[in-house]
Amino acid sequence: MYDLLTNLLGNQIVAYVIAASLPLIFVLTFVLFAVLAERKVSAHMQDRLGPMRVGWHGIIQTLADMLKLLQKEDIVPEGADKTLFNLAPLLTFLGTYAAFAAIPFAGIYVGSSTAIGIYYVTAVSGLVVAGLLLAGWASDNKYSLYGAMRTAAQIVSYEIPTAIAILTMVMVSGTLSLMKISDMQTAHFWNWWILGGPETGIVKFLLIPFMIITFLIYYISSLAEVNRTPFDLPEAESELVSGYHTEYSGMKFAFFFLAEYANMFAVSAIAVTLFLGGFHSPIGYLGHSLGIDWLVPVEQFFWFTFKGTALVFVQMWLRWTLPRVRVDQLMVICWKYLIPYAVVNLIIVGIITLL
Amino acid sequence: MKKYLKNTWDALWTIFIGMKVTWKHLFIPSVTIQYPDEHRPIPDRARNRLYVNIDDCIGCMQCQRACPVDCIDIKTVKALPTDELGLTSKGTKKALWVTQFNIDFAKCMYCQLCVFPCPTECITMTKVFEFSEYEREKLLYNFSNLTLSEVKEKEENYAKFMEKKAAEKAAAAAAKAKAAAEAKAKQEAEKKDNDNKPSSEEKDS
Ligand code: SF4
Ligand code: SF4
Repeated sequence: MYDLLTNLLGNQIVAYVIAASLPLIFVLTFVLFAVLAERKVSAHMQDRLGPMRVGWHGIIQTLADMLKLLQKEDIVPEGADKTLFNLAPLLTFLGTYAAFAAIPFAGIYVGSSTAIGIYYVTAVSGLVVAGLLLAGWASDNKYSLYGAMRTAAQIVSYEIPTAIAILTMVMVSGTLSLMKISDMQTAHFWNWWILGGPETGIVKFLLIPFMIITFLIYYISSLAEVNRTPFDLPEAESELVSGYHTEYSGMKFAFFFLAEYANMFAVSAIAVTLFLGGFHSPIGYLGHSLGIDWLVPVEQFFWFTFKGTALVFVQMWLRWTLPRVRVDQLMVICWKYLIPYAVVNLIIVGIITLL
Repeated sequence: MKKYLKNTWDALWTIFIGMKVTWKHLFIPSVTIQYPDEHRPIPDRARNRLYVNIDDCIGCMQCQRACPVDCIDIKTVKALPTDELGLTSKGTKKALWVTQFNIDFAKCMYCQLCVFPCPTECITMTKVFEFSEYEREKLLYNFSNLTLSEVKEKEENYAKFMEKKAAEKAAAAAAKAKAAAEAKAKQEAEKKDNDNKPSSEEKDS
């Protein structure tokens, strides 16, 4: 991508800036629609209609909300630590956005084709915790602090099953590069890792149930990592008045919102890349059969967004299905269930791959 | 161990059941009524804004008296005998000009107590309930159909009529007094005459 842009523009810096801001455009549009989708999904699951007034079926409701947020007064509480308070939303969004750098959107577009992609993503998502902790601490509000503490405890705990699930995938695929993992699952959907990947024979069939378990473990713990219901204790509206972002208003609040929804897509994108074939089409490419080369990346991008959005939809679906878990249940799910399963799964998958 | 596995299974299974339920609800038509565009039918006997059919009102003020919060303010002027006010739809004769029929809906509590005593059934509840205003004064509805100049005219007419009547009365009274005085004077004069010539009186009778 850089090479292409550099050749096109003849300037490396401009090429870098453009390549770096492409995901931002994607994230902004995605959030715009995801927020609306969330409201629509929640509404229809509760037999309501959701936003209906702004535009056709409320299609530009989020835009209107954003305009509203832009106009709001930017309040910094008196007792707050101003520097940290202002830094927190930025840091949160930064952590989320940095993860997008290693996500391969299409064969020709990945922010950084680093060889340690998945490792980098796991590590850089840690910034989000720092941002949320800062937000809670700097707000000088007991609820915010509670929320922040819960976030920290939760995300740090759930990093472990996530990491073990990712480790399982790294073990079977033998690489840390997200690009390479995607390319392993090319061609058809039976090459997806969740269906045994490009392995052949008995190994493939033995792998399938354990891959599904890995996927479930990853998916559940990723839910907890992005603070979605049933693990939305950090921002539990009913107990904590929205937790760490209680004191935020206007654009800073919007940043938390943006980060949350971007994060939802980021974890879904990782799940897609690891298990569901990444950007590869499940049924072959139209561009290849028609002989139109430029169509292939477009299709790839479409499939990637489609799969990612589908997983985000499942996140929303779960959110409007399940009640919030208690703090002790949260810890029980993580330490007593997810981690043992993940470890046992890791060992079994290891043995199978040795076959 | 068995319980542990069962717990896991139950958790996953019940989540799937829950998801099935919400999935079904995703396609159930919503129950939302888009309020300003759609309305729920209002019950027949709902109590909303009042309406006064002023053509039928005879200005009896029964409603004003019945109102517990005194939000009806009626003013009437008597009609002249020559004025033709027509009949109400129930056939009652109207004898008063209703020069003012104010209902203050900011005060009204929609108890409907004013509706029952009306002899001509001209004050009624309607189905209109969306009449909020930005200024409270706008909630003061005047149902009288007389213009200000008409009201003035009626008042003047009545005043004039009363003056005329008073004058007539005074004149009548004066005439009566005069007549009485004359009669008295005559009587007295006669009495005097009688005193003077009692014999003739006796003769006459
Ligand atoms: S409805 Fe009740 S409060 Fe309203 S004008 Fe009639 S009597 Fe008065
Ligand atoms: S009771 Fe009926 S007729 Fe009498 S003043 Fe009221 S509205 Fe008019």
